Amino acid sequence: MTQVNRLSGGRLDRSKSLSFSFNGKAYKGYQGDTLASALLANDVRLVGRSFKSHRPRGIFSAGSEEPNALVELGSGARQDPNTRATTTELFDGLTARSQNHWPSLKYDLLAVNDRLSGFLTAGFYYKTFTWPATFWEKLYEPIIRRAAGLGSLSMQNDPDLYDKGFLHCDLLVIGAGPAGLAAALTAGRSGARVLLAEEEFLLGGRLIAEDMALGDDPAAHWVARVQAELSSMDNVRILLRTTVNGAYDHGVYSALERVSDHMASPEQGKPRQVLWRIYPKQALVCTGAIERPIAFENNDRPGVMLGGAVRAYANRWAVTPAQSVVVFTNSNDGHRTAKDLLGKGISIPAIIDIRQDAPRLSGVEVLAGAQVIDSSGRSGLKSIKARLANGEIRSFACGALAVSGGWNPNLSLTCHQRSRPEWCEDIASFVPRRDLPPGQLVAGAARGDFSTSRALQGGMNEALKALQNIGLTGQGIELPKAEDADPSLTPFWHVNGAKGRAWVDLQNDVTVKDVTLAHQEGFRSVEHLKRYTTLGMATDQGKTSNIGGLAVMAELTGKAIPETGTTMFRPPYTPVALGALAGRSVGKDFHPTRKTPSHKWAEEQGAVFVETGNWLRAQWFPQPGETHWRQTVDREARAVRKSVGVCDVTTLGKIDVQGSDAATFLNKIYANGFAKLQVGKVRYGIMLREDGIAYDDGTAARFAEDHFVVTTTTANAVLVYRNMEFARQCLWPDLDVQMISTTEAWAQYAIAGPNSRQVLQKVVDPEHDISNEAFPFMACREVTICGGLRARLFRISFSGELAYELAVPARFGDALIRSLMAAGAEYDVVPYGTEALGVLRVEKGHAAGAELNGTTTSLNLGLGRMVSKKKDFIGATLSRRDGLNGEDQLTLVGFQPVSKGDFIVSGMHLMNNEAPTDAANDQGYLTSAIHSPNLGHSIGLGFLKNGHDRLGETLRAVNPLEGGEVAVEVLSPHFIDPEGERLRD
Amino acid sequence: MIIPHPLLGPRDAQEFTYLGDASLINRPDWQSENAMQEFHDYLYLRDNPAGLHRELWFHEQGDRSWLVVTRNTMTHEITQVELASDVARSHGRSR
Amino acid sequence: MTYSGFRVIREALTGHKGWRPVWRDSKPKPSYDFVIIGGGGHGLATAYYLAREFGEANIAVVEKGWIGGGNVGRNTTIIRSNYLLDGNEPFYEFSLKLWESLEQELNYNAMVSQRGILNLVHSDAQRDAARRRGNAMILNGSDAELLDVDGVRKLYPFLNFDNARFPIKGGLLHRRGGTVRHDAVAWGYARGADRRGVDIIQNCEVTGFRIENGRCLGVETTKGFIGATKLGVSVAGSSSRVMAMAGMRLPIESHVLQAFASEGLKPTLPGVITYGAGHFYCSQSNKGGLVFGGDIDGYNSYAQRGNLPAVEDVAESGISLIPALGRVRLLRSWGGIMDMSMDGSPFIDKTPIDGLYFNGGWCYGGFKATPAAGFAFAHLMSTDRPHKTATAYRLDRFRTGQIIDEKGQGAQPNLH
Repeated sequence: MTQVNRLSGGRLDRSKSLSFSFNGKAYKGYQGDTLASALLANDVRLVGRSFKSHRPRGIFSAGSEEPNALVELGSGARQDPNTRATTTELFDGLTARSQNHWPSLKYDLLAVNDRLSGFLTAGFYYKTFTWPATFWEKLYEPIIRRAAGLGSLSMQNDPDLYDKGFLHCDLLVIGAGPAGLAAALTAGRSGARVLLAEEEFLLGGRLIAEDMALGDDPAAHWVARVQAELSSMDNVRILLRTTVNGAYDHGVYSALERVSDHMASPEQGKPRQVLWRIYPKQALVCTGAIERPIAFENNDRPGVMLGGAVRAYANRWAVTPAQSVVVFTNSNDGHRTAKDLLGKGISIPAIIDIRQDAPRLSGVEVLAGAQVIDSSGRSGLKSIKARLANGEIRSFACGALAVSGGWNPNLSLTCHQRSRPEWCEDIASFVPRRDLPPGQLVAGAARGDFSTSRALQGGMNEALKALQNIGLTGQGIELPKAEDADPSLTPFWHVNGAKGRAWVDLQNDVTVKDVTLAHQEGFRSVEHLKRYTTLGMATDQGKTSNIGGLAVMAELTGKAIPETGTTMFRPPYTPVALGALAGRSVGKDFHPTRKTPSHKWAEEQGAVFVETGNWLRAQWFPQPGETHWRQTVDREARAVRKSVGVCDVTTLGKIDVQGSDAATFLNKIYANGFAKLQVGKVRYGIMLREDGIAYDDGTAARFAEDHFVVTTTTANAVLVYRNMEFARQCLWPDLDVQMISTTEAWAQYAIAGPNSRQVLQKVVDPEHDISNEAFPFMACREVTICGGLRARLFRISFSGELAYELAVPARFGDALIRSLMAAGAEYDVVPYGTEALGVLRVEKGHAAGAELNGTTTSLNLGLGRMVSKKKDFIGATLSRRDGLNGEDQLTLVGFQPVSKGDFIVSGMHLMNNEAPTDAANDQGYLTSAIHSPNLGHSIGLGFLKNGHDRLGETLRAVNPLEGGEVAVEVLSPHFIDPEGERLRD
Repeated sequence: MIIPHPLLGPRDAQEFTYLGDASLINRPDWQSENAMQEFHDYLYLRDNPAGLHRELWFHEQGDRSWLVVTRNTMTHEITQVELASDVARSHGRSR
Repeated sequence: MTYSGFRVIREALTGHKGWRPVWRDSKPKPSYDFVIIGGGGHGLATAYYLAREFGEANIAVVEKGWIGGGNVGRNTTIIRSNYLLDGNEPFYEFSLKLWESLEQELNYNAMVSQRGILNLVHSDAQRDAARRRGNAMILNGSDAELLDVDGVRKLYPFLNFDNARFPIKGGLLHRRGGTVRHDAVAWGYARGADRRGVDIIQNCEVTGFRIENGRCLGVETTKGFIGATKLGVSVAGSSSRVMAMAGMRLPIESHVLQAFASEGLKPTLPGVITYGAGHFYCSQSNKGGLVFGGDIDGYNSYAQRGNLPAVEDVAESGISLIPALGRVRLLRSWGGIMDMSMDGSPFIDKTPIDGLYFNGGWCYGGFKATPAAGFAFAHLMSTDRPHKTATAYRLDRFRTGQIIDEKGQGAQPNLH
């Protein structure tokens, strides 16, 4: 027989029967069920195993505080470990499996831990497993790791999409129970923009979990009316299945909307979940309260449940966990459970009420002053044992025990900015402090107002207050009459005198004894308690256990609970899938992709691309028949030195600097002089950080008295611009200088090689004379090309050859590369990529990123003489510190293998010939090593102690990491054309 | 966090790049007798208060203003935001 | 009391009545030869080594709250000796060697797990840098292996090899690196120090220093004045605040670093992985939670909490590296205050005030340094000479220009 525990009524759509499976067995439920309610309906009691002792566990709660009923939901790449059955909406075809057992849920061999529980107390692992030392990683740890953990991850790529969104509103109402609904309605009617976020898939909170009237109607009717009215308002947006899980600085909230988790898979193109970042002007926390259990011996069996949850299952989901339910309580709340269940025809053998003055309830035996002291039933509760007020012990057969130890305001969001809650004696719990985070208010049970009437009233009042805070006016609404009962609670945390284990934290198997042991061993602060016993560290974040553990510790130390401490609340309120936090910025979209103007053309040529920061650059252009990248790169580099090549250098940072003080300004920015640079000239410049370290090099071209174009390295384009703005705005605010980054605005190509001028002359319009005399090395000029297109021409060279850089507005970049290639055809022009660019610059001895590594000075780089001593510039003073100028400075030199057939690689360290290979004898390291096609052997640049005094020496380049060493000769870094004649031809 | 930009109104802090203590505006005189000492203190010994902190933020994904933000490092509350160029001028910086 | 498996069994059979407090909760004496301010990992280790290694007695550790409540109790638990620069690598190698024998030394299982750390590389330039670093590590006596992409795939087949914005090109594997149960480090050192007579004084906040004629005589605390012949400050996160009471300004900024733990999972990630193209490092605790982090939020803060953008940044990096993590749920986050120094390296040094010593500026790398920092600080305090592996950690290095800048970012603390 199916659904033996199904009752009548409830908020279910019984016309929609749903099939699902648990551990491979098929079951039925209804639309409106959760996985938990459907399992209970089918009398499935054992649903999981506890973390440490592998004890059988059942459903404990009816919400996101669930510690026990965690399942692996779905399968394949959509397998979701540790999913709470209590918040999982049932859908047709749902499959779930229990977790943390072997070989099966019913017969779990790891339950041997339970037999060994006497040994496996809190922190036992700190005291053993240290001998022999090598056994930890090999033996003990793998066993512990395999036994620990809960659900398993598929390790397949998550197939689902996640989105992010931003929402703005006047009032964010968090939680749609009585307080939240009253608040949303009050604010909605005032015309304010309202967001109502509700964790569940129905509005109402406890209003639909209780058998309760509002005014003359069942509460659900009022909820339906409010929902209808809110839905009709354009200024109100209701977000169901949306958990506000973080309260951040300046009133920013994060919320997770589970868009598709109630379906087998998301609809086509829809995300699984959306992470909202919400910017409300005011936020009202109406998150209700969470019930707490009472610890007693063997209180962890399937069937022992929170009373409010039992009620919710009966009233909302029309399910009873068993046909016979005993109630254990310290307040009138338990009596409410008994009453509701009686009304549904469930047998209540007894209410065990710890209060001596417990009220009576007709139709039930109320045992005042009694306590539950034990339970039995290995994989499901069979009976409980109670000690009556007179000391008599009585057993009660029952399938479930509804436990109520009182309620804790759910104040997590009020404490995310590290404020600590304060203790309220009336409800024996923590309540939010008065000084809430700016812009935040709290109402209803979350504030400790537990009656429905006070929740409704509080919601309305706080909404009015919120409106007033932002200059809006609202009016009170007519609230229905509601119960206004006092819970009459007698604080009671655990049953004394237990010989066995009484659980405080169900998931992590922390018992009263563990807390006692922690106390005995000196772990008495809350933080120590938590860390030593793992109390509250499970996936439920201690929602039902933290205060219980604290209460036991308080009892042991003889202090009051608030003196003993509180725990911290940090985001997220409930666990959030990393997928949702990442959104779409993953995989190929992890970072934006920047493409150069010649990208399409390069693709057509079959170029191989390489990531350079966010840029994709052509690395080389393979030709048919080339089977190894080296063949391609060698060919490209040779072609440049022999005839001509073209390379897209658009990625270099470009900064347009204008103003009558532009030269003065650049003179402060660069370490070398720029004040006297002539119009029409370019100068190579080096920039230091204020600490005197060289961080970027590039050129500045002067196009007019008041106009420069600065180039930076690709890597530092953003940083240099930022630093220049800092200098302009913060250091020298009255200089007449303006600047803008134009990196993307101009496409720029290097045309390099002895035939570069011939190629250019075919492109540059004839009225511009670019002969060597008219346009010498380091000249720059605005020209027109291809019959009138405005362009900038620079005669600068990175390769060491006669070379130019030609820039056009970016939208002409594609046309220009095609024109250049066409014009160069008669000279066998080649496109060359970043790899050949690197080869050419190493041959020439130019420093690049590997040398400008953030720790090297201009002295290290061999550029010391460039640095002006006559002016102030960023980095001038501190570059003169002794430590940056003393003996044994590393200087940039060139290297080649003594035996030309040997290869050297970047990252080799340099050792003197006779010295041992160790750190004490380290002489430096290789920064850039290449095969030089023009020299026919391996060469490299590197930093060597006193390198400039050691030219001609032989050293050992060692690579213990990969093995091997190479005898190298120290050379000038300028392997090709050291006099620079080619540049000036 | 949200930074109330003096020209643009409230902007998400993600649009900005943080530099640090606003005393970085007060770059010493390179020709001062104790220039080395002064530059050392300027660059390395910054205020690091637990409380109100005046600090530089660059609106990198925005209008490229450098701002001086007065923010409490205990609570992250922002109490004042100024254009850094105005602050610099008020400290006597000019050309 | 010596801990052992036999002891655990005996106690279990006799109702666990024999266990004693792991450390005594001491009341302060009027004065000590050595007072360490800060009952974190470094402070407790310092006290331990002063007693154990340098034969000192009459030692106290003064802690504002509860021991182990600072960054030793809030970190991503990684230990490693994979530094590049001469000023650093010998020190971290010394530290790793101390970790390797720590548990037997302390008779406390801190779960030192040398499961290997893999730093991924995503470009030729990163591979070159990894080669330089790996060689520096080996030259300093550490271990390193340079893996190509197939080597990485063999270790971690589930990384994103096929659809990556920044493809994995290889990695630098440091097999002796790993993780440690962080809280247990504080407790183990506390127990070891306590057994050697060190007074551990909790809930005792320092309110000022008594300094006369350039000599530090002791500290004013909420439990009264405590005299000290030698006073060591080891208060990561609060260094600027505490040293300001002694009239000192430090080359340190305080920043918040968030870190995260996921729900418990069956074994997923065997070792420690760091992403080379984004801000993400991750390992799995023995309880099954993935422990991961990224960059600091980036602004000065003492608030011990961060904001959402840093969380999103870490998640983006994490899933870009391990696409299966999309369905892993982030369970807990926390924020710690980091002493971010001006070059990313720490200080273990005397101060200009006689008898006052300082240990701090560890950025977010202080945990792995715990044993060596304690040892070196004890060495300095006992002998007035720096330990041979910690000679570079001087407070005056920015005056002299002897900077130890592993990341090459200069005086920009939020980038270290």
